[in-house]
Amino acid sequence: MIEVKDVHYTYPNGVQALKGISLTLNDGEFIALMGQNGAGKTTLVKHFNGLLKPTKGEVLIDGVSTKDVSVATLARKVGFVFQNPDHQFFCETVEKEVSFALRNFGFDEESVKKRVDWALNLLDLTEYRDVSPFMLSGGERKRVALDSILAWDPEILILDEPTIGQDYAQKEKLRQFIVQLNAQGKTVIIVTHDIEFVAECKPRIILMADGRIVADGETTRVLTDLELVGHASLVLPEVARIFINLADLDMPREVVDIYDASRVLLERLGKTK
Amino acid sequence: MAIIKAKDLTYAYPIGTKHAFEDVTLDIEKGEFVILTGPSGCGKTTLCRCFNGLIPHFYGGRLEGEIEVVGMKVAEHQIHELAQHVGLVFQNPENQLFALSVEKDVAFGLENLGMPTEEIRKRVDWALQMTSIWDLRERAPYELSGGQQQRAAIASVLAMHPEIIVLDEPTSFLDPLGAQKILEIVNELNEKLAITIILVEHRLDLASRYAHRIIIMNNGKIVLDGEPRKVFDSEDARLAGVGIPKATRLFQILRDHGVSLGQVPIMSDEVSMMVKEALAHDRG
Repeated sequence: MIEVKDVHYTYPNGVQALKGISLTLNDGEFIALMGQNGAGKTTLVKHFNGLLKPTKGEVLIDGVSTKDVSVATLARKVGFVFQNPDHQFFCETVEKEVSFALRNFGFDEESVKKRVDWALNLLDLTEYRDVSPFMLSGGERKRVALDSILAWDPEILILDEPTIGQDYAQKEKLRQFIVQLNAQGKTVIIVTHDIEFVAECKPRIILMADGRIVADGETTRVLTDLELVGHASLVLPEVARIFINLADLDMPREVVDIYDASRVLLERLGKTK
Repeated sequence: MAIIKAKDLTYAYPIGTKHAFEDVTLDIEKGEFVILTGPSGCGKTTLCRCFNGLIPHFYGGRLEGEIEVVGMKVAEHQIHELAQHVGLVFQNPENQLFALSVEKDVAFGLENLGMPTEEIRKRVDWALQMTSIWDLRERAPYELSGGQQQRAAIASVLAMHPEIIVLDEPTSFLDPLGAQKILEIVNELNEKLAITIILVEHRLDLASRYAHRIIIMNNGKIVLDGEPRKVFDSEDARLAGVGIPKATRLFQILRDHGVSLGQVPIMSDEVSMMVKEALAHDRG
């Protein structure tokens, strides 16, 4: 469980990035942090694995304050996949990249090998085992970055903009993969701008603007609220737009994905046939 | 008249034996707005690199077949010649901007051509205005948001007065409003200035409304090429695994259940209208 208690954070250059954040993220939740660039999303998630410590307030991971433990200790529990995979790589091959942290955590060679094989297979990267991560495409590099974290099986997984550079099929895979992790009881937190991806996954959404939380709730509620969406400089999902335009026809407003949409429309249009 | 003509074009990078694309035959007309899409690794970025000569002149490798851009055979003209006609905008604007101010970045290409100062001034001002970043001209690129940076990258390409602008996933790093703004600007360049646009894009929900034509590549081949509504409604588009617009998918699901709303939509607004009409018609 992650507990954030009235957290403020000011960068050394004086920018106040977080202005009093309080929230609780339970085990096994799937959460999307959304909001404009500069809203404080990445600053907030960097508090979850201790990369940043609050200027005021505190963050507790399973009851322990991030001020009392090292980043290395927290990393075992909280895996952080950066937005730009290149900020994460430094090894010559994909295999070395994925096994690096495992060796650091002190896994024996046999477990390292098993876990690396498992992780590479999971994200379709086996064929790139001996290739330099820098030779891969943007989408493939993102998968290597994710793989190198998954290999040590953290309980909480933070993904910063995981869908950037991914095509439709890969996004669908990522979605299924998150659902699967979730089913295993893992907490998954994504930071994202990808409205359509979120509309299909329907996580709990925490909406941030200017260092504060402006909304916290179900996707169907948050992403169909024009005022909230505008306040956070987002746009409505395509499906929500259809239903906003139908508001005067006594249709439900809180629809964000095509399956709910087709059910509602079939009911109305089918009846009139 | 075709501004890009490719015939039986096949290419392999120097490393590796696999073809990046094969037997591509393609005519793009002057003034067209074309979206080029397909799964990662399908060859779309590689194909775009032929349009301004980066392939074969910079990347090397083996290029077979013929390609002509703005009347020039790509194999026989250097990148700097082709670049005056074909502007390229990348996914990450940080890779494209390097000067100390936006203005200097936009002027850089023109200065390199040895153009008179007055003409440079005129073109830079015009390009900054077309992309709505005139107010930001004295700022350093790194101080700008991603969307503003991408507009600066487009301005620096636009200042060269290209006939063709190729944009390789220009919105993928941007927030939704920033992405929308970029697409609107690109659409204006096409409509007002008749610049031929080739947009490589995965986010088809946002972009499709502006396109005259959609080309889908898969495994190095063009698998679909045509008017957006037809392309998105075809079985092949679904099989190629591209992100068909939500409006089109919703329409298809309804149609599969026996509810037909008329012409295939690609925008949410169209679906709203169709539903309204269907209900009104029924009441009337």
